[in-house]
Amino acid sequence: MARSDKLYSVAAIFDKPDGIIHAAEKVKDAGYKQFDVNTSYPIHGMDNAMGLSSSKVGYVTLAAGLFGGTFILLFMWWTLAESYPLFIGGKPFFSLPAFFPITFETSILFGAVATFIALITVFFKLPYNNHPLHDTNYMKRVSVDKYGIYILAEDEKFDKDEIIELFKSLGASSIELIYLPKEEKYGMLQPKFMLFLLVVIVGISGATYFTLNKLMYMTPFNWMEYQDKSNPQESSLFFADKRSMRTPVEGTVARGFIPYPYKGIAYPKEVLSNPTLPSKEILKLGKEKYLTFCSPCHGDYGEGTSRLNGQFPTGPTQHSDKVRNYKDGMLYHIITNGQNSMPAYDKQISRKERWAIVDYIRVLQRAKNAKKSDLVEIKKESSTNGQ
Amino acid sequence: MSVDYSKDMVLFDRNPELVELEELISKPIDTRPSKKYFIALAITSTMLLIGVIAAGITFYYGIGTWGNNQTIAWGFGITNFVFWVGIAHAGTLISAILFLLRQRWRNAIARFAEAMTIFAVMCAGIFPIIHLGRPWLAGYLFPYPNSMNIWPNFFSPLDWDVFAVSTYMTVSILFWYLGLIPDFATLRDKTTSKIKKIVYSFFSLGWRHSNRHWRDYEKAYMIFAGLATPLVLSVHTVVSFDFAAAIVPGWHSTIFPPYFVAGAIFSGFAMVVTVLIVVRKIFDMENIITVNHLDKMNKIILLTGSMVGYAYLMEVFISWYSGVPTEQYVAINRAFGDYAWAYWIMVSCNTLFPQFFWSRKIRRSIPAMFVIVILVNVGMWFERYVIIVSSLQRDFLPSSWTYFTPSIIDLGILLGSFGLFFTMILMFTRTLPVVSMSEIKAVVEGAQPSHHGGAN
Repeated sequence: MARSDKLYSVAAIFDKPDGIIHAAEKVKDAGYKQFDVNTSYPIHGMDNAMGLSSSKVGYVTLAAGLFGGTFILLFMWWTLAESYPLFIGGKPFFSLPAFFPITFETSILFGAVATFIALITVFFKLPYNNHPLHDTNYMKRVSVDKYGIYILAEDEKFDKDEIIELFKSLGASSIELIYLPKEEKYGMLQPKFMLFLLVVIVGISGATYFTLNKLMYMTPFNWMEYQDKSNPQESSLFFADKRSMRTPVEGTVARGFIPYPYKGIAYPKEVLSNPTLPSKEILKLGKEKYLTFCSPCHGDYGEGTSRLNGQFPTGPTQHSDKVRNYKDGMLYHIITNGQNSMPAYDKQISRKERWAIVDYIRVLQRAKNAKKSDLVEIKKESSTNGQ
Repeated sequence: MSVDYSKDMVLFDRNPELVELEELISKPIDTRPSKKYFIALAITSTMLLIGVIAAGITFYYGIGTWGNNQTIAWGFGITNFVFWVGIAHAGTLISAILFLLRQRWRNAIARFAEAMTIFAVMCAGIFPIIHLGRPWLAGYLFPYPNSMNIWPNFFSPLDWDVFAVSTYMTVSILFWYLGLIPDFATLRDKTTSKIKKIVYSFFSLGWRHSNRHWRDYEKAYMIFAGLATPLVLSVHTVVSFDFAAAIVPGWHSTIFPPYFVAGAIFSGFAMVVTVLIVVRKIFDMENIITVNHLDKMNKIILLTGSMVGYAYLMEVFISWYSGVPTEQYVAINRAFGDYAWAYWIMVSCNTLFPQFFWSRKIRRSIPAMFVIVILVNVGMWFERYVIIVSSLQRDFLPSSWTYFTPSIIDLGILLGSFGLFFTMILMFTRTLPVVSMSEIKAVVEGAQPSHHGGAN
């Protein structure tokens, strides 16, 4: 470091620990305040000789440790009893004994880290690599095996010659004048610094890009995305038809379903009987399904009025005598099996829905051919309903 | 403080000059190492490389490459974890507990033991993480607000482990670094190389050996020792909870915490002695790390070895005394079942051979103690193996009883952990002062004022 001609301090070197202790005492007694002793290891009794009070660093540890323990205990209570309560082995949500180990460890962690940080930054005021004492002969010698003392020029009583005399009388082996270093200024826009920034920016963004866009898709970081199994609709080289999804063997029956016995017979001799009662829910379901699947060809009211403008064969009316005389099972059979140009609907409409449609067709037929007695019934019903 | 610092200290023919001590300590850093050093480094880094490859295979193909099976899910992974955490404990014991007990002989070996602590915890930390199968998801163990809005299970000893080991690692590193700051400053003022100067300046933080700083430094050092002491006891206690809090017969036992702590100190001291014997020889530090130091450590090995032996007896006694048939069965199965060979290796290495240390002659004989501490290291590894494998292989469900055979990958990772440990030790001896200069200077005869506490 280049030095200016401004004096920072007068420093003296002693060869023996006894000498430095004595010197420190005398300097203190002479009334100097701004002085310090430099020794490469702590010398016992020096604190007293310099008139230093005892260290306050312990209070930091105590406060941080107590804070850490309280914090983590409250945190565990909040996470496991408030934020997301989970039953674990039948224990209470907040179980103090189980929380002791972590509370203890965290107290120590907070205490230690806070002590360290406070020690370095508050008590030592480090890092301080451009301190005037650095790179002096004085520092190089006390760092190894000598014992040094220096008095700052800032001190009220500072007088260069007087201090040199004092040190000499105390038996200093050498005396050194330490000057303040010349102030150095560094501009922000230095090419070296800008280059450094550029390297940092490119490095970080490149690494981030690589991690998020490439690394995450490589084995083994791909979250088990690729596994030795076939996903739906994937092709397969293993089967002759190149399909990974297999069709069931002929005659496979789904669990709980007896196959429809009259499948493929145009006019079965006997048909199933209707297992449903025309309740409100069934009729509602039947209406919905009828309007979805049947009405395009048969018309909204089953009158054979297609909505398809002749682009598709028009379905026959449901109100002919033939259809009205069909058994429920026969209607069900036609929906299930298809008839003439009508395809089978058993793959698209479930059994219950098909019976519901049959029930709804009966309602339509009844409405279209209502008798006088039906009106009486309706009137009776609406009067009891208060309408 | 009226402590006689000079007793049983550095064995020079005469009182050493402080400069001489410093030269001796910083010699390995400033000089080019011998051929022997590079041979050793080649061997350890090859071991490390094998471990890295084995771990890479584990990550790529999964945990299926290990010998673990449905019944013995912990196998080598957790055995090695407990082994290395145990090794770590000796370092903290030397640096913290012996400091509080004013055992000033520790100054010569404290730095080294602390470094071993850190390296051993690093080795230990690897195992639970690679045991996860997808180690990059280890972050889930820490409580942080995540997309699933769920928190770790703080009831689980495995989560206690995470907190205990990571706290231990952090505190050990801070403690170690705190001790290194004055030494970095000394090295900074000594070096002539420009690059070294920058590096040392950076790490010394501009330390000036100021007495106003030493006052707080000494206090903080004491506080750190005070924090590390209960911490080191708690860490292996928590590790033992991994077992003791389970209901597996052979694990579910209240003796585990003290038994594990004693075992940890035992195995740790054995490892410290093993490494110190080699290092003091290679770097001509017989005058700083003396036979007296090794003698004292051997006494601790003898003590803790006997405690471990007591625990073995007590385990068998309690399983008989409890009257629980499964416990009794496990005790018999350990000693005479499939893993009898491992059990008797453990018993003989840990309780029998250390008893030779009753003899002062063997305690002070380098070859004899080297053999014994190596055997202790082996025995303590097998202790963890026996506890984990022999308990799991006979659990409550006889249909799942089985035998554990490690795969080549298991062995590769174990070898790699030793490679990592010794590679770090070797690099440490070359880059940092293996003995704390400021601490050793303080205890040399004539280093303190003739009238202690001079001002009084």
